[in-house]
Amino acid sequence: MTSKPATSPFARGDITNFAVLMTLAFLVIPLTIPNGYWYSSILIPWLCLALAAIGQQIVMGYAGQLALGAAGFMAAGAFACFNIELRIPWMPFGGSLILSGLIAAAFGVLFGLPSLRVRGIYLMVATLASQFFIIWMIDKFGWFKNYDTSGIITAQDIVIFGYAFTAPLQMYLVVLVVVTLLTILAINMTRGSVGRNWMAVRDMDIAAESMGISLLRTKLQAFAISAFYCGVAGALFAFTYLKSLEPVAFDIKLSFQILFMVILGGLGTISGAFIGAAFILLFPVVLNTVGNVWFHGMVDATVISAVEQVVFGALIILFLIYEPLGMAKLWENIRARMRSRSVPKAEVPRQQAS
Amino acid sequence: MMQARNFPIGAPVLEVKNISLRFGGVKAITDTSFTVYKHEIRAIIGPNGAGKSSLLNCINGIYKPQEGKIAFKGRVLDQISPNIVARQGISRTFQNLALFKRMSVIDNILVGRKLHMSANFMEVAFQLPKARAEEKANRARCEEIVEFLEITDIRDTPVGKLPYGLQKKVELGRALATEADVLLLDEPMAGMNVEEKREMCRFILKVNDELGTTVVLIEHDMGVVMDISDAVVVLDYGKVIADGPPDTVRSNQDVIDAYLGVAHD
Ligand SMILES: Nc1ncnc2c1ncn2[C@@H]1O[C@H](COP(=O)(O)OP(=O)(O)OP(=O)(O)O)[C@@H](O)[C@H]1O
Ligand SMILES: [Mg+2]
Repeated sequence: MTSKPATSPFARGDITNFAVLMTLAFLVIPLTIPNGYWYSSILIPWLCLALAAIGQQIVMGYAGQLALGAAGFMAAGAFACFNIELRIPWMPFGGSLILSGLIAAAFGVLFGLPSLRVRGIYLMVATLASQFFIIWMIDKFGWFKNYDTSGIITAQDIVIFGYAFTAPLQMYLVVLVVVTLLTILAINMTRGSVGRNWMAVRDMDIAAESMGISLLRTKLQAFAISAFYCGVAGALFAFTYLKSLEPVAFDIKLSFQILFMVILGGLGTISGAFIGAAFILLFPVVLNTVGNVWFHGMVDATVISAVEQVVFGALIILFLIYEPLGMAKLWENIRARMRSRSVPKAEVPRQQAS
Repeated sequence: MMQARNFPIGAPVLEVKNISLRFGGVKAITDTSFTVYKHEIRAIIGPNGAGKSSLLNCINGIYKPQEGKIAFKGRVLDQISPNIVARQGISRTFQNLALFKRMSVIDNILVGRKLHMSANFMEVAFQLPKARAEEKANRARCEEIVEFLEITDIRDTPVGKLPYGLQKKVELGRALATEADVLLLDEPMAGMNVEEKREMCRFILKVNDELGTTVVLIEHDMGVVMDISDAVVVLDYGKVIADGPPDTVRSNQDVIDAYLGVAHD
């Protein structure tokens, strides 16, 4: 780390990293991967879930509120988007996405209210109510599904400036643009005064309050922004990955998966959301491939899925105990070790903690 | 020892009037009154459990006294919560460190600038000129504080990894960053060696002298108290048993009996 005073929270290296990632995502991948499978089964769901994980990260990793129910907000966003597209035909797709996020954010504020009273595991249980309430509401009132009785509603095509984005690569680009924008905004917030207020509330709420931070405003803001991200992610997930709208796709299992993404990826880092999402998404695929290639299908699919559960459980416990900062931190450590091999150790005084 | 001061002691700024605070059956504070004057360094002393921290917590809005009033700059602080009190111009440190452990030193101090930063989350998210300008200005201010406290070399370290003495310094830095009119310091030098205590005294005196900050400080070390305070209030079992200049208080028989007799250092 540098020892020179910083005037902004951004380092020069960030811009290089950003340029490399953008070239990769917008040029290299589209030019080298012609296969639709990669887009529609891996890259698109990865980006959508990473976006939801950023939402979970904001409320849990930054603001320190143990909330569970990201999938509920995703469902709110998805069905909001469906209804806006259906009922307000002139609305551009970007506008639908923003409105969907805002509707989810309203639910976020509502279900964030318990955080002003309870914390920890109790808050987790309280926020879980959002999950059940939102899904129940969508199922209960036919209006949300436009009185469709078949159970599965097809999502509308994404039309932007009169042009339909329906091919896998096209949808990937739509998702990529949205996720990139929202990621940049999230980084700006978390590295600026907004993120400092969240982290202050997370680390020591009494002290945060004594510095003039309103716990009420800060917590509800985190819940709202978190739900906004989940809402947009849900809309994208439904419109580009599932291509349909069904409440069961947003069940409690998905909420837990998003929670695990954040824990494994690393609490309190934006990159952790992407790493965690990739891991949770790819791990079963890799395990299946290994099962098929090494054991030539001799291992039963149920065994593989059982192994998957066990390994996940073990990993989560290990990370919680040994590296609460997750894979993002591991990666950082590895990079730091490689760098310190070439450069002499920085002269940071190492004092013994008492 | 004091030469002519830049900020001579002025009018009452903080008035504690007949405060009583009970926790169930425990009477932490009983009918306590005292006045802090503008620009003074006021020490609160007393044996363990005398109610000193509870008193600061009442002023700061963490505890709500069952009886009595606290007036700040002539206005009664009622319906108080810590963040409202902070907005009025009172900042503090805590007896048991209350830092943001996973944040770096500079970020901890930047949180102290909270009330000087007004860009909303949209302005920050889109890095609009207002957000950028205030971030830059406030960072510069925090760098000055870091330099003043001589902790530049650790400013990017997460505070949780620092030794106790340095954490105490960071907490002082965070309180200084608020530029509050009144600083409440709860045992800022506890657990420090003589050298470190002397350094902390220097910081406190300097802030008081250069910015005119009023300081209310809880301290067990009588040497320190005699050296830096303008006035001392002594609490015992939640009651004021003496109030006045250090020399008078030191020779007060009640104080000698109640406090000095059982002092632990
Ligand atoms: N939150 C609380 N709940 C119950 N009792 C409390 C609480 N805070 C303080 N007390 C009690 O109030 C009394 C005064 O405590 P306080 O912490 O104010 O003392 P103190 O003068 O700061 O002591 P020390 O020098 O040990 O810091 C003690 O008897 C303490 O047990
Ligand atoms: Mg105390």
